[in-house]
Amino acid sequence: MNPALSVPALVAPAIHLPAIGPVLVLAITALVLLVLDLLPPRERKEHLGVVGLAGIVGSLVVSLYLWGADERAFQGMVILDGFAIFFNLVIGFAVGLVLLQSLDYARRQGAESGEFYILVLLAAVGMTLMAGAGDLIIVFLGLETMSLALYVLAGSFRGRIESAEASMKYFLLGAFASGFFVYGLALVYGATGSTNIDRIGAAIGGGAARDPLLVVGFGLLVVGFGFKISTVPFHMWVSDVYQGAPTSITILIATGSKAAAFAALLRVLLVAMRQGQADWSLLMWGLAVLSMTVGNVVAIAQQNVKRMLAYSSIAHGGYILIGVAAGGALGNSSVLFYLLVYTFTTAGAFGVILLLERGGREAVETSDLAGLAARHPVLALVLTIFLLSLVGIPPTAGFVGKFYLFGAAVRSGYVWLAVIGVLNSALAAYYYLRIVVVMYMREPDGAPTVMVPSLGGSLALLVALCGVVWLGVMPAPYFELAQTALAPLLR
Amino acid sequence: MRGMALSLVVFLPALGGLLIALLPRDRDGLVKQATLAVALVTFAISLPLYLGFDARVADYQFQERRPWMPSLGITYHLGIDGISLLLVLLTTFLMPLTLLASWHSIEKRWKEFAVTMLLLETGMLGVFAALDLFLFYVFWEAMLIPMYLIIGIWGGTNRVYAAVKFVLYTLAGSLLMLVAILALFFQHGAATGTYTFDLPVLAQYVLPGGQTQNLLFLAFALAFAIKVPMFPFHTWLPDAHVEAPTPGSVILAGVLLKMGTYGFLRFCLPLFPQASITFAPWVIALAVIGILYGAWVSTVQPDIKKLVAYSSVSHLGFVMLGVFALNPQGLVGGIIQMVNHGLSTGALFLLVGMIYERRHTRLIADYGGLWKVMPAFSVLFLVVTLSSIGLPGLNGFVGEFLILVGAFQWNRTVAVVATSGIIFAAVYMLWMYQRVFFGEVTREENRRLQDLSVREWVVLAPVIVLIVWIGVYPAPFTGVTEASVQALISQVQAKAAATAALAAR
Repeated sequence: MNPALSVPALVAPAIHLPAIGPVLVLAITALVLLVLDLLPPRERKEHLGVVGLAGIVGSLVVSLYLWGADERAFQGMVILDGFAIFFNLVIGFAVGLVLLQSLDYARRQGAESGEFYILVLLAAVGMTLMAGAGDLIIVFLGLETMSLALYVLAGSFRGRIESAEASMKYFLLGAFASGFFVYGLALVYGATGSTNIDRIGAAIGGGAARDPLLVVGFGLLVVGFGFKISTVPFHMWVSDVYQGAPTSITILIATGSKAAAFAALLRVLLVAMRQGQADWSLLMWGLAVLSMTVGNVVAIAQQNVKRMLAYSSIAHGGYILIGVAAGGALGNSSVLFYLLVYTFTTAGAFGVILLLERGGREAVETSDLAGLAARHPVLALVLTIFLLSLVGIPPTAGFVGKFYLFGAAVRSGYVWLAVIGVLNSALAAYYYLRIVVVMYMREPDGAPTVMVPSLGGSLALLVALCGVVWLGVMPAPYFELAQTALAPLLR
Repeated sequence: MRGMALSLVVFLPALGGLLIALLPRDRDGLVKQATLAVALVTFAISLPLYLGFDARVADYQFQERRPWMPSLGITYHLGIDGISLLLVLLTTFLMPLTLLASWHSIEKRWKEFAVTMLLLETGMLGVFAALDLFLFYVFWEAMLIPMYLIIGIWGGTNRVYAAVKFVLYTLAGSLLMLVAILALFFQHGAATGTYTFDLPVLAQYVLPGGQTQNLLFLAFALAFAIKVPMFPFHTWLPDAHVEAPTPGSVILAGVLLKMGTYGFLRFCLPLFPQASITFAPWVIALAVIGILYGAWVSTVQPDIKKLVAYSSVSHLGFVMLGVFALNPQGLVGGIIQMVNHGLSTGALFLLVGMIYERRHTRLIADYGGLWKVMPAFSVLFLVVTLSSIGLPGLNGFVGEFLILVGAFQWNRTVAVVATSGIIFAAVYMLWMYQRVFFGEVTREENRRLQDLSVREWVVLAPVIVLIVWIGVYPAPFTGVTEASVQALISQVQAKAAATAALAAR
């Protein structure tokens, strides 16, 4: 062998573990759970959930400890800045609430297994990775880690056909969307010579913004993201998956995975595609209008509460895109704030449904809620507050969130977008209030709907309720937090 | 405590409501007494607002201002002037009477009812006291939900339809107002460099005339016109009134409708003076149509409650006519008429509720000859009927007279047409009165009806006293508003002139 042809020395990248601290804590917890799963007791797995919860809390603590950091590690593959940490917190809250709610629910409904909790933790690893991704490869890695875990989790009701359908549908369409994403990634790499988000931005800044290769690649990336944030027209999976998946997993899909996808989308748009803002903000305008309108109109026709909330989630994706379209410090920090609000609100609304049973099965039809206010006044009131927050009635957090979003739209001159948004809110009031009508103004017929006593579920509702009320009354500090978090992306 | 007086009045009902929510469910008597006590104390502590009010000063009084979301220029800013003072008092005055009237008529879930009513009171008081557009909007929207629940839970057979219609109508209008508020906020911020939702500051700003101002005016006006309700946005009102329980109807007619007219006075006129003047003929046309249409439709109603509901469309048409005549007589008349309508129509709904409790029907055809059976009830009903028609010596006359004086100065034809509304009012009210109270007792069930109980006397007497008082000696009521009204008119004129000057430059 000719020594002159030696391969260039392989330089191992500098390892800087604190930058992936939160991810690391979650990943290690998942591994610990894998081992714990093999140890007795075999028949009950709740302790795995508790350990997982401890891991989430640990990750939250690490994130808070690292607040103020601004660094890039692993050659720019991973970023730890305020933006990533903000999303770590949102994801941490989402996954924490999901675990709390799963503790009792999973066993009751026959979905409990060691893998259930392990996969929730692995999904959290993927989400956190996406929030701190500095490279499209890492975005993809996080996306797949998260998605694969969620595909399995959606099917964890092994005996139910609709759960299997959810898993299958989610997997097939998700895999398809991932294909789009990778193809887009390849084209962007071809156009700019890099997969690093910063370097793509720099390359485009050099004057390649209208390169057809880049435009097509970028469009395919948006398709991939659009699937995860469930915007119209990439929303076809949402209703069936939300309905068929175990309710606590539905919460995870609606809150955590959506937040993570928005985190990655924002970073790609604001850093890599900054030069094309005028173009993509028009695209986001269109997606926002489509998602809001289709989501709300279709939601009106739903009789199943989980399906209704699924379409409402599509509509809320649209509201959030208003902030992305509006852009600037105000628009994008409204997106961050709304995702925080939406996490609490959605976890709460689904969380109430998850506690209800009628005649031994889950009470998920609208008619199951009839007369709930007479039987469980507190629970009905709590659900009402979450629904009002989804409508956007003050003094709930949902109102403030929408106020910021619409404010940003008006500020950026998208007054019509704000008008379409508020008209959609009025439309949405109809179907949210229908649930209130059923709970308070109809008498139940047939077997009564009962609340299953659950410590974890009640605790989660309490946390979510505090979040919704507190963010509604005193939003200022948290909105400023979102603004601080966003600052590194706008430099 | 003067620095917190207004906050105390606004939030005391909600605070009391939260405490009442903690009371045990089976202690119905205790819940009722506690609720009434909260409402009475609220009324008592709202009286110092009147006594301490300096009628010579046009500016806002009892002001409170604290930062809330400083980065967006949102403050917690409360204050009242001569326009809102009377409406605040009307609210705190009607609330205890309404609660007393629902003593037996609300048959289920009294505790929840009490909490909802008290939360509603805080919302209404907040709307009248807020001087920050954001804060105002928060109260404006928050108040929707309690009213929705009151109609939807304690209402009649078709209550759900009426409740949802009420919310959707109001929400659609007010959400567009939210966009207009935001647009005004950014427009003002871009022009002056100060980003604020503070009403007194925004009212100083001369918005350029033309399309922007017109659109903003229309967005605000739509929200308020639905609430008033002005023809043709009134279709939710008959449904809501007929299905609502008595206390719901009283509060709806007595206070909620006033929020619409108040909104025109407080926001549309000072913020968009030129657009207000531009659109005044249109608003007045709709107001006059409302006056006549409401009266005609009332005439043919077989249901007493629906008759009173449509008469509100007519009466509030008068208020809008007075406001948009944009002269001191018209405005003062409009404000007094807001109070009058709250008292008269509120009392009418109370009376209808009392007879409904006895007979469980509201159809005029089911009555007749009540004069012989229930003399006291009949007399009080007659007084209120006459007040609603606008008989001299009772409150309705003062308001309508001033409004027509104002309208006459604006345009004689309009005044003449509007005056015919008073004649129609006499037709539908007196004809209804005749069919219900005079003649022979035609139904056996009606012979055994009990006359007013002590509780019902207590509910009605204060309203009757005020009806006569305002009719005979209105000065204490008109007096407090005059300075504020004068200031409002000169502000509108000055700003309209400044807008025109801006355009000419």
